[in-house]
Amino acid sequence: MIEVKELVKNYGDKRAVDGVSFTVRPGDILGFLGPNGAGKSTTMKMITGYIRPDAGSATVADIDVAKAPVAVKSRIGYLPESAPAYGEMTVQEFLNFIAEVRGYRSSATRRERVELALTRTHLLPVRRQVIETLSKGYKQRVGFAQALLHEPPCLVLDEPTDGLDPNQKNEVRTLIKTMSTDRAVILSTHILEEVEAICTRIILISRGKVVVDETPDAFRARKPGARLDSIFRDLTSADA
Amino acid sequence: MSQITPVFKREFLGYFRSPVAYVFLIVFLTASVGMAFFVGGFFKANQASLQSLFVFQPWLYLFLIPAAGMRLWSEERRGGTIELLFTLPLTTLDAVLGKFLAAWAFLILGLALTFPLAITVGWLGDPDWGVIAGGYLGSALMAGAYLALCALLSSLTKNQVIAFVLGVVVNLVLVFLGWSVFNGVLTGFLPVNVVDFIANLGFIPHFDAFAKGILDPRDFAYFGSVIALALTLNVVALER
Repeated sequence: MIEVKELVKNYGDKRAVDGVSFTVRPGDILGFLGPNGAGKSTTMKMITGYIRPDAGSATVADIDVAKAPVAVKSRIGYLPESAPAYGEMTVQEFLNFIAEVRGYRSSATRRERVELALTRTHLLPVRRQVIETLSKGYKQRVGFAQALLHEPPCLVLDEPTDGLDPNQKNEVRTLIKTMSTDRAVILSTHILEEVEAICTRIILISRGKVVVDETPDAFRARKPGARLDSIFRDLTSADA
Repeated sequence: MSQITPVFKREFLGYFRSPVAYVFLIVFLTASVGMAFFVGGFFKANQASLQSLFVFQPWLYLFLIPAAGMRLWSEERRGGTIELLFTLPLTTLDAVLGKFLAAWAFLILGLALTFPLAITVGWLGDPDWGVIAGGYLGSALMAGAYLALCALLSSLTKNQVIAFVLGVVVNLVLVFLGWSVFNGVLTGFLPVNVVDFIANLGFIPHFDAFAKGILDPRDFAYFGSVIALALTLNVVALER
């Protein structure tokens, strides 16, 4: 569903992403791991068409992002890091705008979409509240609602549980799990328990390169009995 | 192209979701009408025309339009919503046009709200309505040209103050080029046809024609070209 081949991105002299390749199929929840600055967000930004790769390609449903960015964007639900949203709008106004851009032009279907997204992400009590007055957890949910609204076949989530309290984290994980049945999901995180809890595959990226691409079980088997953080540290210590 | 509408609506209504719209409109109207009465001698001139309103507009726009245009892209960059916007299924051109047209419509609304002055002139005397309509049309086009430049400059920085200052400076250059006092200085050491050429690059000579009720296709072409060029560069700057 999502296929990434030899992606490269340079920022000045620094090579942020260095030949990253992987495939995500429907039903997969891919945990994208790595230290800060390893190239996780940059890779996600290239898949979603926000920045252009210097080399390599990313395809979604066999459509190349570089050739048909709009077609790819309509098939992806993307939650950017720290869930940006137009703060001066109410939750409902914001989702209405997203629905309209996503092509729901009749007000009846738009309302239906927005209601469903609000219900799913438990935003009904704050629907008429201005986004900038919401707590971090609610803001994150607004980002989620925006990403799920059009039932995309692919979900790209950049640190979806960052800054949430344990209850909210749990809730977001449940939501991701229920969403993943027939979708390809990529989520980035540096919380290792999260990967254990929901991911079906792990990709560990360090200094822009894929170091590990395997199941969580195989990852744990690298150092039986050890905590995941210690395996993570061993594999990425070159970054420090 | 149908994607322009949702962007336009969000942006236009966005002005009214904060005090920005009201502050701007009040300052715009107070300044325009105040200048016409106290500096332009609206009554003393004893003419049934809006000349005293239009003559100050190139100078008033110098500050007011950068104030309205500085936020267009800077705010999106600062808030991170630019990433959200450009991972929605729309092209850069859709976004640039939607935002520009919304801000332009907002400025035209401000301009239109000076209508009581036109009614006063009509009630007190017998004005040439064609000349008044020409003045409004020219003023709207000139506002579009100022705004397109401000939108371009706003896309270059995430700092609204920088966007504002750059907007004032660039527009000031274009006002000066066509300002009769400045041209008078130039004639001291440059041949007349060179000075004419320089003056024609500025806003004022083109606007003056409209304010006199002369609708010359060349003046339409001038403002149209400034807008088209600035918006094209705006697209290029955002896709960089």
